[in-house]
This record gives sequence, C-alpha cells and structure tokens, in this order.
Amino acid sequence: MNYIFHFGDMWNARDEFIAGALMTLRLSALAMIASLFIAILGALARTSGPKPLRLLVAAYVEIIRNTPFLVQIFMIFFGLPTVGLRLDANEGALIALILNGSAYTIEIVRAGIENISHGQVEGALALGLHRLQTFRLVVLPQALRIIVPPLGSQFILLMLNSSVCSAISADELTSAALDVQGRTFRAFEAFIVAAAIYFALSLLFSTAFAAIERVAFGKRITR
Amino acid sequence: MRSFNAGDLTYLLLAARWTVVLSLIAFAGGGLVGLVIALMRVAEARPVRWFAIGFIRLFQGTPLLLQLFLVFFGGDMIGVPLGAWLSVILGLSLNAGAFLGEIWRGSIQAVPNGQIEAARALGLHYGQRMLRVVAPQALRTAIPPTVGFLVNLIKSTSLAAIIGFVELTRAGQQLNNATFRPFLIFGLVASVYFVMCWPLTIAASRLERRLALAYKR
Repeated sequence: MNYIFHFGDMWNARDEFIAGALMTLRLSALAMIASLFIAILGALARTSGPKPLRLLVAAYVEIIRNTPFLVQIFMIFFGLPTVGLRLDANEGALIALILNGSAYTIEIVRAGIENISHGQVEGALALGLHRLQTFRLVVLPQALRIIVPPLGSQFILLMLNSSVCSAISADELTSAALDVQGRTFRAFEAFIVAAAIYFALSLLFSTAFAAIERVAFGKRITR
Repeated sequence: MRSFNAGDLTYLLLAARWTVVLSLIAFAGGGLVGLVIALMRVAEARPVRWFAIGFIRLFQGTPLLLQLFLVFFGGDMIGVPLGAWLSVILGLSLNAGAFLGEIWRGSIQAVPNGQIEAARALGLHYGQRMLRVVAPQALRTAIPPTVGFLVNLIKSTSLAAIIGFVELTRAGQQLNNATFRPFLIFGLVASVYFVMCWPLTIAASRLERRLALAYKR
C-alpha cells in the first residue's frame, strides 16, 4: 500500500464537519421528539382505539418497517412537491425521519403499555388509589422502565440512519463529507472523519443513556 | 419526459432480481463473517473476544452508508478498485456479519454452561462441542432473530443505489427521472420491497412466539 494519508484538508474543512454534525444532531433530536409524540398517540390508538383506527396504525407501522428508508425519503422528497408542497432537502429529510422513526417508536411504546397487566390497575383501584394516582404510581413507573431503554437505542439508530438523508443532499454530516470529498478528492479521509464523528456520537449517547437509566431506575434491569 | 408504461414495470421487476441476488449473497457472506465473529466473541482468549467486541461496536456504531463508501473508496486507495458490485457485497457482508455475530453470540451463550462442561468432561474437543452440543441447541433460539434480521438486510441493499449499483431502488430513481411520477414509481418500488419483507417479518414473529411458548412449558 503506497497511499499517503492526508488529513490536512480535513482539518481545514473542520467547520463543515462541525456544521454537518450539528445538523445531524438537530435532525435526529427533532425527529425523535416528534416521533415520541406521534408514538404515544399512535400506541394508544393501536391498543385502545376503535378497530378501524387500530388497523390503520398497524398498517402504517408494517408498511414503514418493511420498506427501505431510502425509498421513503425519495417518495417524500420527490412526491410531495408534485402535490404542491414545496420542501427543501432538510425539511424533506426531517419529515422522512419523523415518519420512519414514528413507526418504530409506536412499537416500543405499545410494548410498554401492553406489558402492564390489568390486574395491577384493578388492584391499585381496589386499594383506594384514584385514577391519576394509579397511573402515576403504578402504570407509569413500570411502563417507563420498559420503554426508556429501547428509546435510547432507537435514537442512536435514527441518528445513524439519518446519514441516508445525504441522498437528497440534506446538510447533515454525510453530505458534508461528500462535499469535502468532492472538493479535495480525499475520499477515504473524508469518510473516515465522518465515520469517527458518528462513532463518537453513538458512544457518547449510549453512555449517557445508560447513566440516565441507572439514575432513574436504579440497578439496570436485565432483559 | 415520457409516460410510464408496461415496459417500465418489467424493468422494475427485473431490477428487483438484483435486490434478491444481492440480499442472498450478502446473507451468505454475512453468515460466514457472523459465524466467525460469534465464535470469537465467546472464545476463551481475551484478545480474541476484544477483537470481536470492537468489530461489532464499530459496525453497529457507524452508518452503513459510510461503511459502503469506505469499502468502495478504500479499495481504490489500496490499489484494488472493487467497483460498485463487489464493494456493496463486501460492505453489506461485513455489516451483516457484525449484527449476525451479536445475535448468534446471544444464542450460543443461552446454551446452559453445564452442557459445555459435560461435553468437555466427556472428552469432546472444541469442534465436536460446538458442532454436536452447542449448535443444535443454539440454532433454536437463533432462527427467529436471524429471520428478522433478513428484513433489515433486504432493506439495506437499497443503499447500493447510492453507490451506483442498479437494483430496485436505483431502477426506480432512473424511471422517476424519465417519467417524473414519484408517487407511482416509488410506491411500486416500496410495494416490491414490502412483498419481499412482510412474509419474513410475520415468519419471524411467529417463530419467536413459538419459541417463547416452548420455553414457558
């Protein structure tokens, strides 16, 4: 191998990488928050809504989970403008990430809700707790224990998945690497730097989420 | 711009063959890598285990798209231009290997330790222990998540489109550029993926339920 690595150009492009990483974080965080809201509504509809609504949510989840994210992005980014909704790449990416993330998050929240046995709620009510207390003291703490750990992994998956948004040139980290690569012709270095940033971010978040779980739930429950 | 016709539909379906071929090859390659990684992950020597852990962390902690780019351009860098086809196969296999390795490690470790100790006491050597004692029991727990992972793998092959390999998604892009009917074309593309993935999703959850029942008894 007689290739000489050249990271000087990467250092000069550091502002682009930082801007890209920040956009990646922004897209991921916004998408995660929005999908969490959608997921709570979706999971409630899926578990206790009227039958047509339940089927609708189930269909949505299955369609999203069984088709590639890239195709979903293309459909949104190229499709929506044909019905008069003009989007820039970042907006298209965000919508795609929300729609995709929601499907997975609905399943996570649903698992948390379904895991609490009805007997516990009845027991709490029989003990004289009123509805709100039952929810706050019995249902919520147990549901959160089940929901929060996979939500952390879901956020990291979402962040890594957002690199696919470079296919429509959203201004995130992978696009930044592609730009730097196009300008400097240092493909390998540009992608190594981007990969290292993603890796550092996923390591950072998984450590942070583990710490949060430890503080919130005490000893980590083994699954 | 022209209109979408029956020939275009055939073109899409023919391109879908490449998605299937790519998925099968990547699964075979990933299975091979995954087997090695899983065995390394449960090996007795620490450095071997650490290598496997590092491999899994690296591939699970970075985006698949960048892994494909790195293989694609990495080949050029060391003077072995791989081309889109080979780099996608290599990239997907390494990535699938990390995920399958982690899945299979779990299955291997789910086999009670007493079984391995008994096999050792009976004088079976490593190969016999793994093949005759561990593998048949690990296989049962390994199958449902492996089928589930296949769905992910099929969806991942769509990223080959970004490298420039003409499979289902890339064919959809080409047709969309020519006809500009995004909802129709990407709807069709998505349907083809759905037809491939959904049966696997259902199979995976059925197998999982059956396994859970078996353990309850």
